[in-house]
Amino acid sequence: MPKITYIENNGKSHTVEVDKGLTVMEGAVQNNIPGIDADCGGSMACATCHVYVKEEWYNKINEKSEGEDDMLDQAYDPNKFSRLSCQISVTDEIDGLVVDLPKKQ
Amino acid sequence: MIKTDALIIGAGPTGLFTAHQLNIIGLKCEVVDNLDKIGGQCIELYPDKPIYDIPAVPECTGEELTKNLINQLKPFDVKFHLNERVEEVKNEKGQWQVKTNNGTIFSTPNVIIAGGVGSFEPRKFTPKECEQYEGKSIFYSIKDKNIFKDKTVSIFGGGDSALDWAVELSTNSNVNLIHRRDEFRGAKSTLNKVYELEKEGKINLFTKYQLKNPKGNGKLDSIDIQHENKEIKNLKTDFILGFFGLIMQLGPIANWGLNLNKKTIEVDTEKFETNQKGIYAVGDICSYPGKLKLILSGFHEGALAARACFKLARPNEKYRFEFTTSSSSILKRLGKKSD
Repeated sequence: MPKITYIENNGKSHTVEVDKGLTVMEGAVQNNIPGIDADCGGSMACATCHVYVKEEWYNKINEKSEGEDDMLDQAYDPNKFSRLSCQISVTDEIDGLVVDLPKKQ
Repeated sequence: MIKTDALIIGAGPTGLFTAHQLNIIGLKCEVVDNLDKIGGQCIELYPDKPIYDIPAVPECTGEELTKNLINQLKPFDVKFHLNERVEEVKNEKGQWQVKTNNGTIFSTPNVIIAGGVGSFEPRKFTPKECEQYEGKSIFYSIKDKNIFKDKTVSIFGGGDSALDWAVELSTNSNVNLIHRRDEFRGAKSTLNKVYELEKEGKINLFTKYQLKNPKGNGKLDSIDIQHENKEIKNLKTDFILGFFGLIMQLGPIANWGLNLNKKTIEVDTEKFETNQKGIYAVGDICSYPGKLKLILSGFHEGALAARACFKLARPNEKYRFEFTTSSSSILKRLGKKSD
């Protein structure tokens, strides 16, 4: 199973195994990782599952969905490595992915 | 002061159907919502997105679902208080007194919280220094546009609100429009207008910039904005406007002394009552073992909470279960003739 590492804003790191086919957001929610709210449940209708993808991973994950940048405009403190974790699919290729969580959602 | 049998907080699908269930059993209710329209998340977040798991409705959008729920309330007199947020609650001789930010006071034995994931509030700027200017020189919505006349206004955001206000204010103010990327999500026609005004020198456009911090000594004087590549620019400005959409916050309800579990309120599964007698929580905002965050669960929870309200609203009467198909009193409330 692919492993994903979520690093909280305070530096606390969580590495969990996430089933293929889920999203990075679901991996966090199912493992009770604090810092990802996912208020809308993954329908890309809010911006509360915002993560910063580590630079070395940014180009290896699936591309942004249409409209994802529009939602990211509304995220807390976005930067050029910002993604909505509900739009990142978990596959074997992203085994080892590391994402940083923002200070708040 | 408004007296009612039950006060519903939240006009989303769960709140609407709960209002229906209260009226079916002969109770009056009022509904408060912080948004300016009825429908909650269905209208604010996904009006056009199809929903496939409403029983007996194979497919409908958030907007259609809301319309149908409003239609279902037509036979009844349900008063909506939109653009109002509940602030305080206190117990006065067994009645709950609930006060809104507009100063409306409700007195009721039953308060049903159908607040979804909380009330929608504007997203604010990241830098902490912004708080001291909020409401004076930093705004997230505009009440009186005349205060910007002949002043410099820096508008942040890339959606319709940011673009519309940039165009509108450019007639009488010096406008900076600042957005974190090159693309805007607002209407194409407005965007073209913005580019036109930029050419005419009426709007100064800064893309790939975000607010770094506001500057001033008590009174806002300028802002530092930072480019994606870290370069910093200083702009003189009198006002800052931020249009970053809305976020859901539990808000003042978090301080009502209710047992909370993360951002949800703990309830029992018989009455959907919280740890406070006469305060219930239904829909996405409630939690109990096995809770499913589906609209259909909210309908069930609202129906049961409505029955629980009867006892406190009509202490001297006995609640009798009846079907809408056969009860003459229900048919009368619905304005239908019984056979």
